[in-house]
Amino acid sequence: MGEQQRGSGSVGSFEQVVLPHLDAAYNLARWLVRNPHDAEDIVQEAYLRAFKFFGGYQGGDARAWVLKIVRNTSYSFFEKNRPAELAEEFDEKVHTASTAEEPGAEAALLKSADSRMLREALDELPVNFREVLVLRELEGMSYKEIAEVTGVPIGTVMSGLARARTQLRERLLHARAKEEQRGLRK
Amino acid sequence: MACENNQLLLDGYFDGELDLVRSVEFEKHVKTCPQCAQELQDKQAMRESLRAANLYERAPEGLRARIRAALPAEARPQPIPMPRRQVLEWLAVAAAVLIAVFLGARVLPNIGGHSENLVAEEIVASHIRSMQPGHLYDVESTDRHTVKPWFDGKLDFAPPVMDLKDQGFPLVGGRLDYVDHRNVAALVYQRQKHFINVFVWPQGTNAAKLPEVQTIQGYNLVSWSHDGMDFCAASDLNIAELRQFAQLLGQ
Repeated sequence: MGEQQRGSGSVGSFEQVVLPHLDAAYNLARWLVRNPHDAEDIVQEAYLRAFKFFGGYQGGDARAWVLKIVRNTSYSFFEKNRPAELAEEFDEKVHTASTAEEPGAEAALLKSADSRMLREALDELPVNFREVLVLRELEGMSYKEIAEVTGVPIGTVMSGLARARTQLRERLLHARAKEEQRGLRK
Repeated sequence: MACENNQLLLDGYFDGELDLVRSVEFEKHVKTCPQCAQELQDKQAMRESLRAANLYERAPEGLRARIRAALPAEARPQPIPMPRRQVLEWLAVAAAVLIAVFLGARVLPNIGGHSENLVAEEIVASHIRSMQPGHLYDVESTDRHTVKPWFDGKLDFAPPVMDLKDQGFPLVGGRLDYVDHRNVAALVYQRQKHFINVFVWPQGTNAAKLPEVQTIQGYNLVSWSHDGMDFCAASDLNIAELRQFAQLLGQ
């Protein structure tokens, strides 16, 4: 309990500091493990861990602190249950699919991507790309905060995001093309 | 695709993460490079789709309660038992502080009125309370012409109400709040899933001058004065975006 007291003295109590970030914690876990049931288990376990480590929390960005624990818990889950997913290497030969398109056509396509398509495209990305996109685009975190959560240098966050966005776009355009083909065949 | 040289900088620029010098340089480059300009447009289109798609997964009902129940009992708020000796020591300290405050107040008139940090902590407490279910607004509306008149007769000033929907910070409502012994207006804005409370009161009525930027319990506060009003924006949103928001409101 000694540790807890240190935590609750200057930086606020566990209840005030950690619990407000529950939505962020769940959102990250849900996108990392891609199913609601495992996500709930992971968040619960992460919160227990956070409670244990709370004595070491020095103040500062509480959301990043919590999400870092959620991320680590998710990765432990992968190691134990789905090791293949972490090893997943992505074929990064960029297939510049749309070459002949007039400028702006791609932007229009991307703009019209609907929720289901985006969800599927994001779900298909390797976990490290999914993670930076979720933290940046859904959670609205700065590079510095993302670096804190993922434990990599800020420059790596930037290049990771660039690659993740390229891959997401490829997938969206690909899904779009497929859909159009299907539409034509009908 | 961005042109070869700028592949990396482009995302940094797009995310507003380049330092000023590089950002200005890149801006110049985009004006002369249709490839990069197009790429920026594509990224913006994708971002807008992502935002519109409601992909954020909120914690299901009941998870909070399950977590609370699973935590060891000492996690729940309760008075911390102290050994008797420690209590006596603390009492002595408290007495000394009281005497000092009393003397200070008498000997040094107007030593600065309120502690700025007490005000900041009050604001954070108000912000946290407003996040609890049903506490966020008294008037729920995205229309500033509904929100602004609502304050009529409830305050002795008229808080400026702007909608920043087009800039990505839609107004969602307002409420009366109480900070540093006076009624203040609290305007509620949203940034994706983050709420921002903007506390507004007439300038100079609160003795404390809040620091421009500070972080308390993980919440960020940005404070400024504008047009005879003092403003303080509180949110769990990151500092960069909160400052951007403050600037839109006149910081």
